[in-house]
Amino acid sequence: MEFSDLIRTGRAQAKLLRGPEAPPLRGTLCLTGHHLLLSPGPQATSELWLLLLRSVDSIEKRVASDSGTITLRCKDLRVLQLEIEGVEASLDIARSIEALSSLESVITSFPFFYRPKGLRLGDAWHFHPPERYYKRVARETNAWRLSEVNEDFSVCPSYPRAVIVPRSVDDGALARSARFRQGGRFPVLSYHHAPSGTVLVRSSQPLTGPQKRRCAEDEELLRAVLLGARPGARGFIVDTRSSQAAKQARMTGGGTEAKAAYPGWKRLHRPLERGQPLQESFVRLVEACGDLQQSTDSWLRRLEGCCWLAHVKEALSTACLAAQGMEREGACILVHGAEGTDSTLLVTSLAQLILDPLSRTMAGFQELVEREWIQAGHPFQLRCAHSAFSHARSKHEAPTFLLFLDCVWQLGRQFPLSLEFGEGLLLALFEHAYASPFGTFLCNSEKERCLCEVRTRTHSLWSGLNQPKERRKLRNPLYAPNPLAIWPSVELQSLRLWQGDPLPQLLPWGAS
Amino acid sequence: MISQLGILVRYQLRAGQSVGSLEPWSAEKYTLLLEGVKVENVRLVDRISSKKAALGTLYLTATHVIFVENAPDTRKETWILHSQISTIEKQATAATGCPLLIRCKNFQLLQLIIPQERDCHDVYISLIRLARPVKYEELYCFSFNPKLDKEEREQGWMLIDLSEEYKRMGLPNNYWQLSDVNRDYRVCDSYPTELYVPKSATAHIIVGSSKFRSRRRFPALSYYYRDNHASICRSSQPLSGFSARCLEDEQMLQAIRKANPGSDFIYVVDTRPKLNAMANRAAGKGYENEDNYSNIKFQFIGIENIHVMRNSLQKMLEVCELKSPSMSDFLWGLENSGWLRHIKAIMDAGIFIAKAVSEEGVSVLVHCSDGWDRTAQVCSVASLLLDPHYRTLKGFMVLIEKDWISFGHKFNHRYGNLDGDPKEISPVIDQFIECVWQLMEQFPCAFEFNERFLIHIQHHIYSCQFGNFLCNSQKERQELKIQERTYSLWAHLWKNRADYMNPLFRDDHSQTRGTLRLPTTPCNFLYKFWSGMYNRFEKGLQPRQSVTDYLMAVKEETQQLEEEREALEERLEKIQKVQLNHTKVKAKQSEPSKHSGFSTSDNSTANTPQDYSGNMKSFPSRSPSQGDEDSALILTQDNLKSSDPDLSANSDQESGVEDLSCRSPSGGECAPSEDSGKDRDSDEAVFLTA
Repeated sequence: MEFSDLIRTGRAQAKLLRGPEAPPLRGTLCLTGHHLLLSPGPQATSELWLLLLRSVDSIEKRVASDSGTITLRCKDLRVLQLEIEGVEASLDIARSIEALSSLESVITSFPFFYRPKGLRLGDAWHFHPPERYYKRVARETNAWRLSEVNEDFSVCPSYPRAVIVPRSVDDGALARSARFRQGGRFPVLSYHHAPSGTVLVRSSQPLTGPQKRRCAEDEELLRAVLLGARPGARGFIVDTRSSQAAKQARMTGGGTEAKAAYPGWKRLHRPLERGQPLQESFVRLVEACGDLQQSTDSWLRRLEGCCWLAHVKEALSTACLAAQGMEREGACILVHGAEGTDSTLLVTSLAQLILDPLSRTMAGFQELVEREWIQAGHPFQLRCAHSAFSHARSKHEAPTFLLFLDCVWQLGRQFPLSLEFGEGLLLALFEHAYASPFGTFLCNSEKERCLCEVRTRTHSLWSGLNQPKERRKLRNPLYAPNPLAIWPSVELQSLRLWQGDPLPQLLPWGAS
Repeated sequence: MISQLGILVRYQLRAGQSVGSLEPWSAEKYTLLLEGVKVENVRLVDRISSKKAALGTLYLTATHVIFVENAPDTRKETWILHSQISTIEKQATAATGCPLLIRCKNFQLLQLIIPQERDCHDVYISLIRLARPVKYEELYCFSFNPKLDKEEREQGWMLIDLSEEYKRMGLPNNYWQLSDVNRDYRVCDSYPTELYVPKSATAHIIVGSSKFRSRRRFPALSYYYRDNHASICRSSQPLSGFSARCLEDEQMLQAIRKANPGSDFIYVVDTRPKLNAMANRAAGKGYENEDNYSNIKFQFIGIENIHVMRNSLQKMLEVCELKSPSMSDFLWGLENSGWLRHIKAIMDAGIFIAKAVSEEGVSVLVHCSDGWDRTAQVCSVASLLLDPHYRTLKGFMVLIEKDWISFGHKFNHRYGNLDGDPKEISPVIDQFIECVWQLMEQFPCAFEFNERFLIHIQHHIYSCQFGNFLCNSQKERQELKIQERTYSLWAHLWKNRADYMNPLFRDDHSQTRGTLRLPTTPCNFLYKFWSGMYNRFEKGLQPRQSVTDYLMAVKEETQQLEEEREALEERLEKIQKVQLNHTKVKAKQSEPSKHSGFSTSDNSTANTPQDYSGNMKSFPSRSPSQGDEDSALILTQDNLKSSDPDLSANSDQESGVEDLSCRSPSGGECAPSEDSGKDRDSDEAVFLTA
């Protein structure tokens, strides 16, 4: 398919409105396969304006007698307005944007064409290989080993090729354990907390089903986890569903670990919202933020109604619970929900941020996102297909990753000196997760990325962000390394709405 | 015990008399009280974390409630001034003892459990009496002695000089003059004696106008905007009823308009809701009729009255007190209290006036009913927006002195310094202080002072430790000879100004010069809940690292290095001169510099996890064999926690200010943080008992 088929009118005169703070821009509008350009004409001093079509979330058109107005709502929550001369032209452009912004094919997406100056393809994919971390843990503990059982993604399609597992468990047992876990996501190491010698492990739910099936290899694996920490160590299973929901999951073949089958492990249920309700919460939040006419009172009512801050609180306190268990109780923690690709990752990644000073550095945080979100198989393509404005609702969208970034922001607010990166990095990650010229957040798993040859044919976001010029902007100037765990307050009075998130364009009064 | 407490109450009465004769507390009396009245084995409950209550001894003195913890290594003390006590509540006796809840005006909440019901009752009765003095002489400021000599005290009172301030505005000039019409408070007893009025307003006009205004508070100048001659004037409501007129009052407004040649009308802003103003007409008061006054534009800006505000704060504090509420309870309650809506209304009024003055060049007359509550709020917010001077440390003191103290804001009635009508109490200046904080959040570089400055001012408005905020008017203060008998807060704050500086302050930035411009688009999340004020005693809720302190330390370090560089350069110059004089040069190594290394306060972030597990028994206890060890752990950890200085509320009796302790970094070294590293592990107890 050629992009040109979708472009009915490629060129028109237009005026761009970018919100109350920025002046309007007038010039020639051009539509290409991936971009919307506005060229202000030769005499103008301002530069070319460029919008990645992929970042358009919803489009609204209105026509007058001889012109049309298109309102573009972007996935990064910007709202833009284009006034286009000519009714026909404006309708054509609107339709083209609609078609081009919702193309499904990965390999025709912009990252496969983006060739920025100063970067070489394939360079940066080695910025943060998780294997490096896994090898370090294996070396330090002597109880864990790097396994290549998933070399061809046959054991678990959403895991990376290399995972780290207890040394005493062989690959055959891993494969059998994988068959007992949804999506083949058998328990693997997520983080090793050296000060207490304990580990954070994640997986998906066990497929116990209504017959309460058991799997000897799976039990053996979890036993080995405890033994690896220290003889007699205890473990806690943090289930991100309510105990009710976990029981109900048995009817559909899922379930949760039976007490008797896993001695030494105790189960805790901390229900976290995900999927559709989380997406709706996000949509309502953005709606409330966008409505500027309401009084202060109805604003608070709507903020309450959308429950977003309640989700932030729940996510943070569950992560704190896991972290506390490792640091204070000396216990191993296994986190899982159902699929183990959403709330699970939220909890494991936040817990590491709380405990591990390294993950609070610029490089460490990027490594954390790469290891715990991208490589761990968070289905970015499904979850971030649409943002808060889109009317096309499919059931896979959910802003789990945004919730994670919000929680990190809350940590940064309470510990303003302890994170090496600033809000800028979080905003950049939010933007790039939803639409990006880089390949980092493409696809749903490492397997898909291999099929699409993402590594060799696109540039990595990390190389983009780590250019000295960019890096400077993302740094937190107040950073002072803090070797301790950072325990946030999750009381309501301590949490704040992250304003950079819903309305970035309404932040012109920051300290500058 | 009873008899001892009885003695105390009697003693306190005598004490009131004795301090009346300006006799400072002697150390003996002090210790006598300290030893004489105490209740042992009292427990102080920590509301936020589920840690075990701290065991200690409760002392009542003539001026303070003091709780000293038993923990031997620290003996942490909590000091509460009697004047800070807002309500005392005795709750139903439980098996563990009799709970006593003390709510303070600075939003501290103290829950004590006293073993004996009888003792509890005695403490309760005594505190009720102690918290409600009936005479000014009983207030702390008359016994407070910061060990300054007479001269220093007098100098302290001269730090803020309003006549200097009017000079700074550019007065007197061709349009405005100082009027002595209120000499000896002859016209209006709640106004100051020195007032600026339009040149064309004769004494006859002023006196005539004053007769037509509530409590004779005639229109007088609050702020003069030098750039375009526009001004902000203030008054009380006119006694217009349904049809009354007053020629002099009309002439007075005319004179205000004439004092601004740039505009042919003035705004008259009534800060009440229209309904309230109309109701006042039936009582022979009301508002200006546009038809009777030439060239005025009349405008209502609905700010609710003191009773609505009092209830609103009450509701908000109830929300803050909720024990582990859900996010929905919290936001719902915050909204129902209407507090932020009221803050916004005050801000909106201030913004309207600032715009009229700076952008339209139109003078504004502001009034409400009596012109001492809402009018003070609105005039001071507008001045703050208009004039960068008021956004400096000293300028802010001047602003409060001008619009609040001198113009007769009824501090005594509003903040209940003396026992009085509870219906008169209302958080009027608290709201103004919050407005300033909300502005600071939006313009982080525009204010020379920081949040702590605001919090300490709020504290001292209620503390009665300094004489500034006593009484209801200038006249009363003069009669009481406040300046001769008490100390000035402004001098105290000025002396400690290093603690109150905002390191981000930039007076040369385009954003912070001239009038502060708020965004034109309405935006609701501009106004936030101020947990730094209303939850300030729950340290666990506050951000764990202070950007302000960190930046101040960096700044100080930079300055030191700068000085050192200069000194070294000077020395180098000298050496070079010497070298020139003596052609034979001996290489001489300069001494290694000895500036103190700047530590980045690694430990400042040590903190403890709170109870994340909710009510769930999250981490069930260990095997029974370990049980004993656990409980032992609980005890030791708890002792550790109690040593934590971060919750020590008021250990500084001199200043009466709670969290001044070890904040200001000096010598380039960060002071130890509030949470010291030693209690890193102290919350294990929580974990186990949860």
